[in-house]
Amino acid sequence: MNMMTQTSITDDGRTIGGVQMKVDNISLRFGGVTAIRNASFDIRHGEIRAIIGPNGAGKTSMLNVINGFYHPQDGTITFKGEKRRDMRPHIAATQGIARTFQNVALFKGMTTLDNIMSGRALKMKRNILWQMLYVGPARQEELENRKFVETIIDFLEIPHIRRTPVGKLPYGLQKRVELGRALAMEPELLLLDEPMAGMNVEEKEDMSRFIIDINEEFGTTIALIEHDMGVVMDLSDRVVVLDHGDLIADGTPDEVQKNQDVIDAYLGVAHD
Amino acid sequence: MLYRESGQFKTSYDADQAVFPILQDRLCIIAILAFAFLAVPFFINDYWANAVLIPFLVYSLAALGLNILTGYCGQLSLGTGGFLAVGGYSSFKLMTSFPELDMILVLGGAGVTTALVGLLFGLPSLRIKGFYLAVATLAAQFFLIWLFYKVPWFYNYNATGQINVFPREALGFLVTTQKADPVVRYLFTLSIVVVFALAAKNMVRGRFGRMWMAIRDMDIAAELIGIRPFLMKLTAFTVSSFYIGVAGALIFSVWLGAAESGETYGINESFLVLFMIIVGGLGSILGSFLGAGFIVLMPIGLKNLLVDWFGMSAVFAKHLEITTFGVLIIFFLIVEPHGLARLWQIIKEKLRLWPFPH
Amino acid sequence: MLFFMETVISGLLAGIMYSLVALGFVLIFKASGVFNFSQGVMALFAALTLVGLLSGTVPFTHVDNPSFAIPAWAAIPLTIIVMIIVAILIERFILRHLVNQEHIILFMAMVGLSYVFEGAGDIIWGSDVKVIDLGLPHGAWDWLLDTHGLYIEKIELVAAAAAVVLVVVLAAFFQKTRIGRALRAVADDHQAALSVGISLRYIWIIVWSVAGIVALVTGVVWGAKSGIQFSLSLIALKALPVLILGGFESIPGAIVGGLIIGVGEKLAEVFGGEVIVAIFGRWFEIDPGIFTATENWFAYVLALIFLLFRPQGLFGEKIIERV
Repeated sequence: MNMMTQTSITDDGRTIGGVQMKVDNISLRFGGVTAIRNASFDIRHGEIRAIIGPNGAGKTSMLNVINGFYHPQDGTITFKGEKRRDMRPHIAATQGIARTFQNVALFKGMTTLDNIMSGRALKMKRNILWQMLYVGPARQEELENRKFVETIIDFLEIPHIRRTPVGKLPYGLQKRVELGRALAMEPELLLLDEPMAGMNVEEKEDMSRFIIDINEEFGTTIALIEHDMGVVMDLSDRVVVLDHGDLIADGTPDEVQKNQDVIDAYLGVAHD
Repeated sequence: MLYRESGQFKTSYDADQAVFPILQDRLCIIAILAFAFLAVPFFINDYWANAVLIPFLVYSLAALGLNILTGYCGQLSLGTGGFLAVGGYSSFKLMTSFPELDMILVLGGAGVTTALVGLLFGLPSLRIKGFYLAVATLAAQFFLIWLFYKVPWFYNYNATGQINVFPREALGFLVTTQKADPVVRYLFTLSIVVVFALAAKNMVRGRFGRMWMAIRDMDIAAELIGIRPFLMKLTAFTVSSFYIGVAGALIFSVWLGAAESGETYGINESFLVLFMIIVGGLGSILGSFLGAGFIVLMPIGLKNLLVDWFGMSAVFAKHLEITTFGVLIIFFLIVEPHGLARLWQIIKEKLRLWPFPH
Repeated sequence: MLFFMETVISGLLAGIMYSLVALGFVLIFKASGVFNFSQGVMALFAALTLVGLLSGTVPFTHVDNPSFAIPAWAAIPLTIIVMIIVAILIERFILRHLVNQEHIILFMAMVGLSYVFEGAGDIIWGSDVKVIDLGLPHGAWDWLLDTHGLYIEKIELVAAAAAVVLVVVLAAFFQKTRIGRALRAVADDHQAALSVGISLRYIWIIVWSVAGIVALVTGVVWGAKSGIQFSLSLIALKALPVLILGGFESIPGAIVGGLIIGVGEKLAEVFGGEVIVAIFGRWFEIDPGIFTATENWFAYVLALIFLLFRPQGLFGEKIIERV
């Protein structure tokens, strides 16, 4: 695959566009600890991009930088042509970046429906006085968004748990609800932090299917962190490899798999 | 078999989004409202109005307000007494500055004033959380009480330092002072509380409710889906203070008829209202009412029991009452930390299956 | 200048007392995550018990019977035993049932507990104002008055000395003993402490007993100054700004925070009115007397302003949030 072209067609017939997000020379430190050192890579429209690496490599920190939760000391991020160093997380959300978390970060006291509805926060505008009355525009808005959320609930095959408080759901379903909440934002870029961690084979297959469907049907760009190499190789178009905060490889799954640095990082070679 | 939602199919999201989607709930609410509006006025007298019903209603309103802030948005506040005082004193100033003003507008004005003060004292929530914020709200409590006690303008340079209500009308009915008919005072308070409760229900089940709860449950995740925590905390402070302000104004004007900052609106009030929402249920509209009922009625019940039945001396009974109150609170927290509303929910779950065990 | 010095010193001495109360809070918060709102009423209860024993009050009757009076050397250990029994009861009937509850529930339980203490103290010992006499000296410290012209109450110095001794003893207890190490382990991580075989219940009884003893000392020295009565329990409210200033978990924070609040409060009380008039007097007619009786809220505002600039408190470390 030629990286320079603006658009390309993958083997399975999806179109991958130009660069959507570019990370340039990002460095992130906490006191004396360096989480990310001088990392640069890009994500293109409509692709599934994997970020892999051993524990503590800085993968989650990278996602945190991209959606504005951590503020890097150096480097820039260009998203949809806009260059920046850092931003507030809610601005990242308005720009169309959604996110799921390594340890499910759902709103435990709320039902599945309310959790996914809360993903529509940015799409709803009516003020609090309309809300108090619940008539006219506020009611209209609530119903329209409910309709949209119901399509997501159907898509993720979770209508039976609509009214269940998410704290009571098993882990696998919680992950699905969290994906639903991110989808409700209608994101352009979806960041998934270990979407399949702690799942059994069957649940992993379901989740993989959802990720592929989201990418194909809605054309959403996806960046995901995953430890299961089989999944990464199957799903992703390109892979970034981090190790101890350094970006050590970037390329197609096949290229990365053969890369000597990557093999060393995973098998553990003494660092010089 | 009576409480069952099977067979009640919703054919539109509109029907599913109704305030009380289940038929039995709807009937129950209608029955309670009919009783409160139509039956109670026939047997109400001064004692019932002043000692039981009106305090229950105004404290329900205050509990609703605090529940929005603490139960839904997760911001612990110990400044309720201070905000009640703002409501009381601003209603007094409005009443005396504009004698022709309808009581409904007076209450609205008191609510808005308190909302602004609440907004001001909500600003620290930008940087501090949890117990630190709770202690910060105590600053509001003590400062406001001090202000109303120290600055004579607030009580119109009255020699006693106390504020006293004047006869005022709402929609042509006299609702303040002891000259007002208890039925009218009761119905006036009831109407206001019902309207506010409905508005609160609408807020918490809609967009704002979800955003508040998102902040409460996990503020970081909420921010990452585009909710601005600071803004939502401030709206919660503002709306909550509005409710509490109206309640404070009602305490002064309709219920007691007189008030003195430290006496009427002291730190004890803050704890009482907090007890109400915890005993009733955090994050529950129904719970605000149940909690207020429990906390208002318990001392009355205890006093009747100890003094009238067991013939204890009033002083001793008072001390025993305080102790019992504390014991009951602790007992309650241990048995059902999620409050009466949760208990009611469990009963409903059981009713759904009754008479079958599963 | 002399007057200023006097104000600062009496502020420092009052501050030590605040530190003492705050210390009781911090001990319990560190070990059990409980924000013990009842610490103030506990101090009242402990002092009432001691006075009751000293003057031979027959419990529940509120009548003094001098033949039951117990001398101080026996009454003090007896009161300590009572406070330990109270700690055991609290663990048995409250804490044990509220393990792993949310902070707010625990907090409200403690507010409930303070009602119990208040009522129980009144029922057992009566609610009239009591005078405690442990032979603590009263009046001004002559030496300072003669040499420097400073007026400092002896009782305040004694109180300060008691507080300092208590802090040193506690620090040694925490650092040097086996129980102290277990306490610190529990403070760091409940689960981990449990998994290495530290009994949480045992630890709780110990901290609550220690907090009870701190309460006794607090109650006695405050009580000696202003009599033992209900208002003594309000010192709990005094300690709260100290806590937010110093942090809920930091013993040095409690001490330094107490000193800052003590001095700040005294200065505001003495000079606040003048400062306000100096600043705003140009535009408004202000009575300098208006800025009095500020001790209820000034400390809170001071702590609040401080927090806005340093949310983690005096000695807290900045927390890196993770998702």
